[in-house]
Amino acid sequence: MSKADPSKKSAVQTTGHAWDGDIQEYNNPVPRWWIWTFYATVLFSVVYWIIFPAWPVGKSYTKGLFNTITFQNSQGEEVTTHWNTRSRLIKNMQSGKEALKQKAYLDQIAATPIEAIIADPEKMAFVRSMSKVLFADNCAACHGSGASGVMGLYPNLVDDAWLWGGTIDDISATIRHGQKGYMPAFAETFTDHQLDAVAEYVVSLSGDTEGDAAKVAVGEQIFKGQAGGCHYCHTQEGTGLKSQGAANLTDQIWTVANVPDAHTHEAKLNAVKRVITKGIQREMPAWEGRLSDTEIKLLTAYIYQLGGGQ
Amino acid sequence: MIKHESIETNVGLLIILSLVAMGIGGLVEIVPLFYINDTIEKVEGVRPYTPLELRGRDIYIREGCYTCHSQMVRPFRDEDLRYGHYSLAAESQYDHPFQWGSKRTGPDLARVGKKYSNEWHVQHLIAPRSVVPESIMPNYPWLLENELHYADITERMRALKKTGVPYAESPAEHAANVEKFGEAVANQLNINDAEKNLLRAAEADNFDGNPARLSEMDAMVAYLQMLGTLVDFNQYDEGYFAEFR
Repeated sequence: MSKADPSKKSAVQTTGHAWDGDIQEYNNPVPRWWIWTFYATVLFSVVYWIIFPAWPVGKSYTKGLFNTITFQNSQGEEVTTHWNTRSRLIKNMQSGKEALKQKAYLDQIAATPIEAIIADPEKMAFVRSMSKVLFADNCAACHGSGASGVMGLYPNLVDDAWLWGGTIDDISATIRHGQKGYMPAFAETFTDHQLDAVAEYVVSLSGDTEGDAAKVAVGEQIFKGQAGGCHYCHTQEGTGLKSQGAANLTDQIWTVANVPDAHTHEAKLNAVKRVITKGIQREMPAWEGRLSDTEIKLLTAYIYQLGGGQ
Repeated sequence: MIKHESIETNVGLLIILSLVAMGIGGLVEIVPLFYINDTIEKVEGVRPYTPLELRGRDIYIREGCYTCHSQMVRPFRDEDLRYGHYSLAAESQYDHPFQWGSKRTGPDLARVGKKYSNEWHVQHLIAPRSVVPESIMPNYPWLLENELHYADITERMRALKKTGVPYAESPAEHAANVEKFGEAVANQLNINDAEKNLLRAAEADNFDGNPARLSEMDAMVAYLQMLGTLVDFNQYDEGYFAEFR
């Protein structure tokens, strides 16, 4: 309260009673508009009680008058119930303006083979706009909002390299069922000498010629032979088995070892050695169940057209 | 009509009328609690937390995750599209206190379970920006460094039991749990086996990626990975849940 102005004191009435002889109380009623607003809110609540679910009565409650929602249950029967947020959501998902608008497109997507969707620019416009949101919600946490992944952790989806295959069927299966990537740790298998040699060979596979030729030759022996057994997953040529999610080591694209950020030959070797000694355990969750079939189809088409689809 | 002055100058009357006023407020607030069971959906699958999840939940509260993350998907179309099925009352019936939250600085977590891999959760909790560059979440590196303290797990479960969570201590309570939740779940809810269950769960799933250590990260990720996964919504007609409102 601001300081009372003594000269104005006499203008305000007191409530008329006194305590302990001389303690009195000013009477400052709230403004008229405030009072009427208050009465209006009281009136509003009474109207609200009548129309919407409000008061508990024993084991039940007042459900509201003149206010019902009709929706279809999963058997296709019409159900009419008192107004409540859950029924409103069901109705909104079935026959809301936006839902119907989206459904028209989704029905087309569901009915069209995915190859035909990709060939149709108009459908792809919808695929891009909806999948962008789906991707941001579900995929971007790992693969990044631009789908470029995180080096060493999560694969890049915009380049031409595919660990688990880049055909439409491969992409769809990966989204649907998830993937578990595994490379054993070779820390105990290899001696330091062997490790050096294998790393030299792996780096040389992608066209790097700085390595010592003798070491590369030894590494190749280990890679292709029983000592390392690398070829079981990465194949004799080093191109990688898709069924194992094994990386193609012969191209310039690195998905796990952070070679592109290594500027010296030594650093490249170290990046590769780190992967060989520690192995890899990566998991992509399965999205079947969380995403609908149509949503998976949308994401498949979206990811396919991002750049590297095969 | 009683005059204002006669109430204020009569302490006995003031006390009685105050009690009446408080009594009305109390009834309106308390009576519905006696009928709360009628508003909880009858669904399969919801169970109390296992010992490891429970410790994870304690850490979730300790770190104040609830100040930025809600655990309450509301029945709106936009939330349904983004997070999945709206939260049911049944899903937080064993939460004391519930973690619905009231502020979403980060996303809602009610359905985050199994959405991302364990590895992602570990990486993201240690350094959120290493996986989500635009994130403003703080780093929680100590979750991986701290050893998980679980010596008081039985006391923690006993305390929750007092609030009505069906953890079992006597053979009779255990038998009731077997009936209600099935053998496998009931074994997890047995207070006498809490430590053993906690260690076994951490070992089996190795949430933090380091099998040699039992860290707070193990518990935290175990908790996050079960959030919102207990109810199979395909089993139910949507209209069924609307009947409870």
